[in-house]
Amino acid sequence: MLRFIRSRLLQSIFALYIIITATFFLLRFVPGGPFTAEKAVPKEILRNLEAHYGLNQPLYRQYFSYLGALVHGDLGPSFKYSNRTVNEILAEKLPVSLELGLWSLAVALLLGLTLGMIAALRRNTWADYLASAVGMIGLSVPSFVIGPLCVLAFAIHAGWFNASGWYFPTDRVLPSLVLGLAYAAPISRLTRGGMLEVLNQDYIRTARAKGASELRVVFKHSLRGGLLPVVSYLGPAIAGILTGSFVIETIFQIPGLGREFVTSAFNRDYTLVLGTVILYATLLMGLNLAADIAQAWMNPKVRLE
Amino acid sequence: MPSATPVTAEPVEPGRSPWRDAGLRLRKNRLAVFGGGVLLLVALACVAGPWLSPYSYEDIALDHTFSAPCARNWLGTDQLGHDLLVRIFYGGRISLAVGLSATVVALTIGIVYGAVAGFVGGVLDAAMMRIVDILYALPFTLFVILLMVFFGRNIILLFVAIGAVEWLTMARIVRGQVMAVKRMEFVEAARALGFGRRRILFRHILPNILGPVIVYATLTVPSVMLIEAFLSFLGLGVQPPMSSWGVLIKDGAEKMEEFPWLLLFPGAVFSLTLFSLNFLGDGLRDALDVRSSKD
Repeated sequence: MLRFIRSRLLQSIFALYIIITATFFLLRFVPGGPFTAEKAVPKEILRNLEAHYGLNQPLYRQYFSYLGALVHGDLGPSFKYSNRTVNEILAEKLPVSLELGLWSLAVALLLGLTLGMIAALRRNTWADYLASAVGMIGLSVPSFVIGPLCVLAFAIHAGWFNASGWYFPTDRVLPSLVLGLAYAAPISRLTRGGMLEVLNQDYIRTARAKGASELRVVFKHSLRGGLLPVVSYLGPAIAGILTGSFVIETIFQIPGLGREFVTSAFNRDYTLVLGTVILYATLLMGLNLAADIAQAWMNPKVRLE
Repeated sequence: MPSATPVTAEPVEPGRSPWRDAGLRLRKNRLAVFGGGVLLLVALACVAGPWLSPYSYEDIALDHTFSAPCARNWLGTDQLGHDLLVRIFYGGRISLAVGLSATVVALTIGIVYGAVAGFVGGVLDAAMMRIVDILYALPFTLFVILLMVFFGRNIILLFVAIGAVEWLTMARIVRGQVMAVKRMEFVEAARALGFGRRRILFRHILPNILGPVIVYATLTVPSVMLIEAFLSFLGLGVQPPMSSWGVLIKDGAEKMEEFPWLLLFPGAVFSLTLFSLNFLGDGLRDALDVRSSKD
């Protein structure tokens, strides 16, 4: 188990290094720079600006000094927002995206697990069909269609929520529901499949024969095995929720990381783009690793190896 | 004297190929047939619709802007009086074309990569699959966004960028299948006959793993179309004057408060297409028995 974690950790660090390097050089080789604004900046000022940010040094020097600062957790100054560091900007935007992600994950798990378990326990009844219909809707109607429609129905017409913004607790409801629904669908499918497989096992029949109550059979005996497929899906799901927030943040005008990333790319704000990529990549890899470990821990076949 | 009854040959039951079996199973699945039908209808409408409509893509009618659905424009018009129905047809052409071409890109890379890794095996396989593992962990959405922002948002780049994201899963599936098939006896027979490795791989192994490939390709098309629409919604995908369903949905969402049909109709057509593709993919999976149909 420890060896497994260590090798995965090393692999993640290597991948992270590749991401940082690739993004760093990609940014330097694209046309345009952070200071090529609409109105031409005088040459001397441009030169001073570049000297200030170290852009006049040879590329390899810039690269190594960036890496050196990065080891100390310093992501450098933002090129577009003068006097602000990338660390400050990320520290301001990340909590917003994380909160949205957590609420959405809660919605996805609550809805997906409930629907999936009902579908498995009431197989081939109307409840099962209803659950798979909801699943198909979540799978096929993209969030950028459901999102605006929800705004139209519940914010503009019904007036229950604000159409956009991130100020009041009620502002969290619509974005989290819309983002969570998309991931409730695959979770409910996986739960149904996993539960059905477990419920057909002999040991469940034994438990039933010994007179265990239905609740006990479901929660004590089946859930752990039945949820294995869901656990392995959680890593990609959380990754999807984090990047899915790009669209949700645009629709609901939420000042989160996703919107900031698109803006910073348009601004050619090298350090901010790079910082955001690093942050996202670290998050995704950490989450994938956590999902793998959780899966290994839940599955004795892997755990005991 | 009883004459010896002539030995009549037993009527030979005509053999049915596995493909025909799968076809029959697919036809019994009503949802899949429905999905296939709708898909065909949408594709036909997008190809033929613009020829049949009295309006062209650029026709503007400044006296008839933001019209609700009416007899003149069945699905209404937008801010310049463009007929929405014709716009949906044209947008559909692009969306479907992106979906198909990016899937072909993903399919080609994935099959070749996965087949080589699975067939050769050993160190090469381990190295190639480790690369796939690493690429899997990359935040690809971010890279696609960066590429689209920096390199002028052209449609060819869109195909390549999306195809480059989607080939990973294909490679994994093909590799697993090739590894399973290459140990079978008919492959050994082919080898005993002295066929070369390339011939064995492409003529004998690959045709036998077509089932999973077809199923996965069908399910890749909707996910590719989703990425395209996602990018277009952020303003990074297909650029005007070209249009796609994603672009129409984006425009519609901006004006939905007063003119909800501009969002409703493109959104409905897009969702219906994704629905159909997913149903068809599920049906194919059951018909070709790709995963044991336990669930």
